[in-house]
Amino acid sequence: MITIDQVSKWYGSAQVLKRCTTGVAKGEVVVVCGPSGSGKSTLIKCVNGLEPFQEGAITVDGIAVGDRKTNLSKLRARIGMVFQHFELFPHLTVMRNLELAQIKVLGRSAGESAERGMRLLDRVGLREHAQKYPGQLSGGQQQRVAIARALAMDPIAMLFDEPTSALDPEMINEVLDVMVALAQDGMTMMVVTHEMGFARRVAQRVVFMDRGEIVEDAPTADFFGRPHSERAQTFLSKILQH
Amino acid sequence: MFADFDYDVIIRSLPYLFYDGMTFTLMLTALATIGGIFFGTLLALMRLSGIAPLALVAAGYVNLMRSVPLVLMIFWFYFLVPYIGQWITGAARPIQVGAFVSSLVTFTLFEAAYFGEIMRAGIQSISRGQVAAAQALGMTYPQTMGYIVLPQAFRNMVPVLLTQTIILFQDTSLVYVLSITDFLGAASKVAQRDGRLVEMYLFAAAVYFVISFAASQGVRWLQARTAIAR
Repeated sequence: MITIDQVSKWYGSAQVLKRCTTGVAKGEVVVVCGPSGSGKSTLIKCVNGLEPFQEGAITVDGIAVGDRKTNLSKLRARIGMVFQHFELFPHLTVMRNLELAQIKVLGRSAGESAERGMRLLDRVGLREHAQKYPGQLSGGQQQRVAIARALAMDPIAMLFDEPTSALDPEMINEVLDVMVALAQDGMTMMVVTHEMGFARRVAQRVVFMDRGEIVEDAPTADFFGRPHSERAQTFLSKILQH
Repeated sequence: MFADFDYDVIIRSLPYLFYDGMTFTLMLTALATIGGIFFGTLLALMRLSGIAPLALVAAGYVNLMRSVPLVLMIFWFYFLVPYIGQWITGAARPIQVGAFVSSLVTFTLFEAAYFGEIMRAGIQSISRGQVAAAQALGMTYPQTMGYIVLPQAFRNMVPVLLTQTIILFQDTSLVYVLSITDFLGAASKVAQRDGRLVEMYLFAAAVYFVISFAASQGVRWLQARTAIAR
């Protein structure tokens, strides 16, 4: 579904991605972790072309992301993305947030969009908040709306960029629960996160990045059981000790 | 000075002052504001487009407009627009457009530079994340701007845009150099005709003050209200 092949990226002279190669198969859940500044957020933003890269190739469903001839808007409409800071549109109601792209990008009718939006709000448990504005919701609720907004587009894959990092601790689980349910439904997911419990529960593979490199790319059990590299061992011991 | 103050001249000329004069002033203010915000937004988008020639043209335009006195612009356009019209349409004679159209064009173009800078600040106040979220949903550049960025930018900038409109309202009085009957023009004509300069200019000043002050208070009220809502 997603292939990332020898991708390198520079900001000026600073190289932030170094020949990264990995991928996500259809129906697979891959967690990307690593210390801050390791390039994991940059990598996931390259997947739907929000960040350009200079070398290598990324394809989604066989379509080359870096190709100038690719219609990026069209491709992005098929890939859901959830951001660290939710990025709901604050000037629109929750319902309008869910409907807008369905109507304007997919060309769905108002009735169909509203129905689909309502069904997904129901799924994330926020049906009664449809007419509120994002500012009236808690962080956890906003992130669930953001997930529903992405799902409303019927994506072939979902990208999560640190979806729980900006949340208060008591709200993390409500968002993770939605993501676990999504994974169990067979959604193809690439998730940048520090939530190792989530990774253990639903990820088939864990990709560990450090300083722009993919240091480990292993099945979940192997990654937690016997990480090869010293860097991954150090990272795990730091993140798992509490 | 106030001993032989003739209040009656003001009363007598009220219909003329407001019906002819103020209508023109408010109409010019309203239309120039709408046109100025429209073209100003285009200028702002050009400056922020990241396309060097477009950004350069817009920046040059803004800087030019901001360094030329408005009165000069009003004169220029009044005399130039007919010739420009002739040049564009290839007509045999200069096309007379009338004082209203000429001043509307002038104020729209002039204010576009100021409104453009306000809109540019407004657009820059919207986080990159909002743009990324819109793009991630498959929105094109026009859709991202039209549905996500500009509505928020505009809303954030409403108090500043209104304050600029109050300045524009006062500036429209400069059209009196073209002998146009705006509010000040009307007052000045009555003043000359009846020899009542003090009365008429004091009254005109009072009217400008009352309207501008009331509008400023309205903007402050609006600002306080939106601050609470946020």
